[in-house]
Amino acid sequence: MTVFIVRRLMQSVVILLVMSVIVFLGVFAIGNPVDILISPDADQLERERAIRALGLDLPLWEQYFVFLKNAAVGDLGRSFVFNEPALRLIFERMPATLELAFTAVVLSLIVGIPLGLYAGLRPQTVTSKGIMAGSIVGFSLPTFWQGLMFIMVFAVMLGWLPSTGRGQIGSFLGIKSSLFTQDGLAHVILPAVNLALGNAALIIRLTRAGVRETLLQDYVKFARAKGLSSRRVVGVHVLKNILIPLVTVVGLEIAGLIAFAVVTESIFAWPGMGKLIIDSINQLDRPVMVAYLMMIVLLFIIINLIVDVLYSVIDPRVRLQDVKG
Amino acid sequence: MSSPTVTAPAKAESPFRRLVSEFAEDRLAVAGAVVLTIILLIALFAPLISPQNPYDLSKLDILDSRMPPGSKSMDGMTFWLGTDGQGRDMLSGIFYGLRTSLAVGVFSGVCAMIVGMAMGLIAAYVGGRTETLIMRLVDLQLSFPTILIALILLAVLGQGVGKIILALIIVQWSYYARIIRGTALVERRREYVEAAICLGLSKPRIIFSHVLPNCMPPMIVIGTVQVAGAIALEATLSFLGIGLPITEPSLGLLIANGFEYLLSGKYWISFFPGIALLVTIISINLVGDQLRDVLNPRLKR
Repeated sequence: MTVFIVRRLMQSVVILLVMSVIVFLGVFAIGNPVDILISPDADQLERERAIRALGLDLPLWEQYFVFLKNAAVGDLGRSFVFNEPALRLIFERMPATLELAFTAVVLSLIVGIPLGLYAGLRPQTVTSKGIMAGSIVGFSLPTFWQGLMFIMVFAVMLGWLPSTGRGQIGSFLGIKSSLFTQDGLAHVILPAVNLALGNAALIIRLTRAGVRETLLQDYVKFARAKGLSSRRVVGVHVLKNILIPLVTVVGLEIAGLIAFAVVTESIFAWPGMGKLIIDSINQLDRPVMVAYLMMIVLLFIIINLIVDVLYSVIDPRVRLQDVKG
Repeated sequence: MSSPTVTAPAKAESPFRRLVSEFAEDRLAVAGAVVLTIILLIALFAPLISPQNPYDLSKLDILDSRMPPGSKSMDGMTFWLGTDGQGRDMLSGIFYGLRTSLAVGVFSGVCAMIVGMAMGLIAAYVGGRTETLIMRLVDLQLSFPTILIALILLAVLGQGVGKIILALIIVQWSYYARIIRGTALVERRREYVEAAICLGLSKPRIIFSHVLPNCMPPMIVIGTVQVAGAIALEATLSFLGIGLPITEPSLGLLIANGFEYLLSGKYWISFFPGIALLVTIISINLVGDQLRDVLNPRLKR
């Protein structure tokens, strides 16, 4: 186990390094930040001073090494626009995004697993067909349009829920979140449901597919033949075996939700990382873009590692070793 | 035993016909296929059936702008779905938008399938370091959400039809590559491949006319899902303002144009293009869903 984790961590460092090169080079190719950040009527002297101050006069590889050296001590550069450390900007926005993604994951699990189980166990009933049809709609709805429709119906027409911002932020056990105030909760509902819907549909379909395949397996037939109650067959034999694909997908989906929050945050003006990255792309704020992408890569690597470790806990057949292809 | 007359199997049913009859078992899937065909026809013949050419500026009248669905224009034309901020008929705009969205989605899907197939087959047949390199690249790419990769690519590449197609291909090829490598590794150990080798057929011929056709069923399933995904992704990127340029409005851009009017209750500018997008994606997913059930041998009774 320890060997596995150490090896995976070493792999992760390599991936991070590769990604840092790709991201750094890619982001550098976007354009010349000098033209955007320095006012056009600045004279030659001011321009050069600014270029030197931002470190843009060094050769590319030297800029990369400076970047890498600073990254190692947690300094990913200063935002050109906000003139603040990029990493601090990211960390300021991260709680809002994580809060949104977390709420969405919990919502989609609460809705998805029971509905998927039902649809898998009784595939022929009208309710099941309805659930599946609904899941296809939920799966197919483009997040951005669905968000617009939520705003139209619940904010403009009915006026029930606010459609922009994060609302009042409460604090509980030292954690600051809008989930702890009534106003904050009202603000979180629309964006979270918007983010959760597609995910819930995916979980329904995955659970149903898993149940249908598992029910045909010999061990389920045997458990039935043994005379076990159907509750035990479903609760122990079926559920345990569909947990494996579920954990994988949920793990990956958390990562996906954090990324897709870009869209939801833009529509609902949610002050998270996603909105920050869109703004940074538009303003060519390179350090923030690089910092955001590196943080996302780091986040994904951690999530993947947790998923792999969870595997071995759920399924003792999975041995945590380097599988030789 | 060794009699020369070979008795034909009792039921000589072609695989294709069996596929069609099994597909038709699910009425929802059939409905999806019908709707999808209609949408494809609309997209194909958009210039012929649209009431108005939405890009001919001389046909547009600014006095007709933001009219609700069903209202009449200055010269007596009825705007069944209303007009947008420039006085453009929404119905015609949607027909043309469907055309752009589908063209981008299908073209990038086909290109990604070809690239992915080539890479997957190379990985399966060459093996060794090449395989490791390709599959590591696939794994790395698949561990990131598509929207994030597309976002980075478009930020780097800039805007344009060609650029977004390129981004969609780069985002999608890894799915095909992974599937085809897995299937090809299984298929190449089958008896029919051994038979072909014994017959002395050349390697390219075995790969392209024996192994490849047998790898197609999962590719078709993945393909339908991917095209739907590509259309949705393109719409999302265009909505965020980093996708297709304004000169080539896809459904995503039409929806984005209506965002500013939405808060003042002018719902139709965003609503109807969204419905068109939704119906397209749903019908593709319905067809793909049923194809997966039909083509999956694990679900055979």
